Amino acid sequence: MKDVKPARDVGIVGWGTYIPKFRIKCSKIGKTWGFPPEYHSGLIVLEKTVANIDEDTITMGWEAAKNALVRAKINPEEVEAIYVGTESKPYAVKPSITVIAEALGITPKILGADLEFACRAASEALEASIGLISSGMIKYSLVIGSDTAQASPGDVLEFTASSGAAAFVLGSRGKNTVAYFEGSYSYITDTPDFWRRQLAPYPMHGEQFTGDPAYFAHIVAAAKGLMEELGLRPSDFDYAVFHQPNGRFPLKVGAKLGFPKEKILPGLITPMIGNTYNGSALIGLCAVLETAKPGQRILLVPFGSGAGADAYSIIVEEGIEEKVHLAPTVKELVEDKIYVNYTHYAKFRGLISKFGF
Amino acid sequence: MVRVYVVGVGLTKIGRFFNKGLRELFAEAALKALDEIGNETVQALVVGNMMSSSLGEQDNLGALLADYAGLGKIPAFKVEAACGSGGVAVYTGYFLVASGMFDVVMVGGVEKQTEYPTRIVSKALAQAADAEYELFHGISFTGLNALVMRMYMNEYNISRDEMSIWPVLMHKNAVKNPYAQLRFEITKEQVAKSMVVADPIRLLDSSPIGDGAAALILASEKVAKKLTDTPVEIAGLGMATDHIYVAYRENLLSFEATILAAKKAYGMARVEPKNVDVAEVHDAFTVLGFMNLEDLGFSERGKTPKLMNEGRFWPGDKPAINPSGGLKARGHPVGATGVYQVAEVVMQLRGDFPGVNVGGDIGLAQSIGGLGTTVTVIILKR
Repeated sequence: MKDVKPARDVGIVGWGTYIPKFRIKCSKIGKTWGFPPEYHSGLIVLEKTVANIDEDTITMGWEAAKNALVRAKINPEEVEAIYVGTESKPYAVKPSITVIAEALGITPKILGADLEFACRAASEALEASIGLISSGMIKYSLVIGSDTAQASPGDVLEFTASSGAAAFVLGSRGKNTVAYFEGSYSYITDTPDFWRRQLAPYPMHGEQFTGDPAYFAHIVAAAKGLMEELGLRPSDFDYAVFHQPNGRFPLKVGAKLGFPKEKILPGLITPMIGNTYNGSALIGLCAVLETAKPGQRILLVPFGSGAGADAYSIIVEEGIEEKVHLAPTVKELVEDKIYVNYTHYAKFRGLISKFGF
Repeated sequence: MVRVYVVGVGLTKIGRFFNKGLRELFAEAALKALDEIGNETVQALVVGNMMSSSLGEQDNLGALLADYAGLGKIPAFKVEAACGSGGVAVYTGYFLVASGMFDVVMVGGVEKQTEYPTRIVSKALAQAADAEYELFHGISFTGLNALVMRMYMNEYNISRDEMSIWPVLMHKNAVKNPYAQLRFEITKEQVAKSMVVADPIRLLDSSPIGDGAAALILASEKVAKKLTDTPVEIAGLGMATDHIYVAYRENLLSFEATILAAKKAYGMARVEPKNVDVAEVHDAFTVLGFMNLEDLGFSERGKTPKLMNEGRFWPGDKPAINPSGGLKARGHPVGATGVYQVAEVVMQLRGDFPGVNVGGDIGLAQSIGGLGTTVTVIILKR
């Protein structure tokens, strides 16, 4: 097991979010496929985002990254590594980050890669960046979690799989960081709860197997491991942000760990936008950063199927409040919406297409 | 024929076990049963199971399980009769001992369902029906039972609210049963509002998908007393089958196979329905529970929902029905269920059932395969 604390403290310099404007109400999805209404209400997801026909992981990742750089107030050329965690790369082979980096004007003297670990890849990018910065190899790293999540039409996954992105500029803890990582703890096993094979258009999942042996076991192990290593208890945290595949799981895993729902709700965004996969927990963190006060402590636990979870303890620092309104907040993006029906959703997400074109 | 006794029982909790396979579940139950007879040698193994082939791609179950549970190189084989496999396994095991060929036989039941998506499990379960004449048209097993439930409610003018007493009582009984899958109480309102599976069957009318294993040790009169101080006799048993293709049945509101099997069992045991203290019946869906009580002679046709709403068949009444929680709430690990039922009735008569204990001298277990297609009725005496 790696050390829970890096050699030198690393923090968040800027954060940004992108949430597509279009929404579809889950009731419309349920009606289309004949699900009873209690099916999606049980998941506690009311509506989900729908990426437009010209949006993908790259465009959304770029939007979120731009917002993060605006809040970071640094010269983009100082970014020396860029990673995107995604499971919906527009190209199977061809990096997404090269397009994003070029569009942001931060090529060519950079490190970078697209990472894949289901919904947890962007969290791996956070861990890698903490290491690179802490070692002194790079000054700033740009970490993006972006997904246009796929769901087979009619699968229960369709109620939640949505689109969105979050991005963070990380740097050495100092004057311009607004929060720093007190420690992190990872927990990974071979637990095949959710997968998509080569050339398959939609993922498969193991129904209940995605719950106890996967989501709950890994998040609980990572969170407990971190708290034990740092000597912290749930009462030491002001907020808890978990991976949020639906609205129910984060509340349940929080209860298992001893976190009251008041500490979870500020970072629980999935009920309004669906599960943005690599954006899921990270958009939740962005929302919390936009309400947190200096000195407060946040527990962040992203999870990815397959399966793994990383628990982070993040302490908010002075100067955060001045940065909140430099870019659109999660609340503003959540409220800025246009509803579409299932037909438009099907067209935008490529579930239907013209024949012969 | 030699008289046959149940001298040991072993059960696993029923649930969704992601870390236990078919063999581990079976071994857990088998070793518990062996503990009850001081780990004496068993001479043969009969295993009730429905879906090891269709779901688990595993045949030759007798050898697999005898080997894994360390039972030695004994005769061992699987008995399959869809959801009634467990009851038929006990039926088979009985005759191995009654014939005089064996003195100590293990009867096991095991089912492993949770490794597979619901649609795959539903398809495998539907194989209990007629593949060419029923499944070919796309009806599921729940669909067939829904036809029966609709007809029962129409014929006897029974309301949704009156029907709901069955799952409410079953969940209430299961709360105390440490082996049960669904250990929580429900209300009639929750039943009425639960998801429609196949109208009028709702989610809370249905038994859950679960894994589990049960084992019994059967012994001849000669050795039973040496193996335990509390042998329970299999005093009577009967088995019958009916047209598998439901359209051939003359009456859908009664299962003739139950009536025929019960007649044999009652006659052999020399008891009447009114003598039975406790019964475990096959309530895979709400309507089956009521129909079974009528076919077993415990109640008049179409009157059972009303009687149960008035307190009949609750713990303390005679007979007490499904103190385990029944298939509805104890759970229904398909091929193991019939073995669970016999084990539970044995424990009731011994007075050591760890849940709702109603005691008594005479107990009955009824197991069904398919839609009333294969039925066993087993009567036990203290």
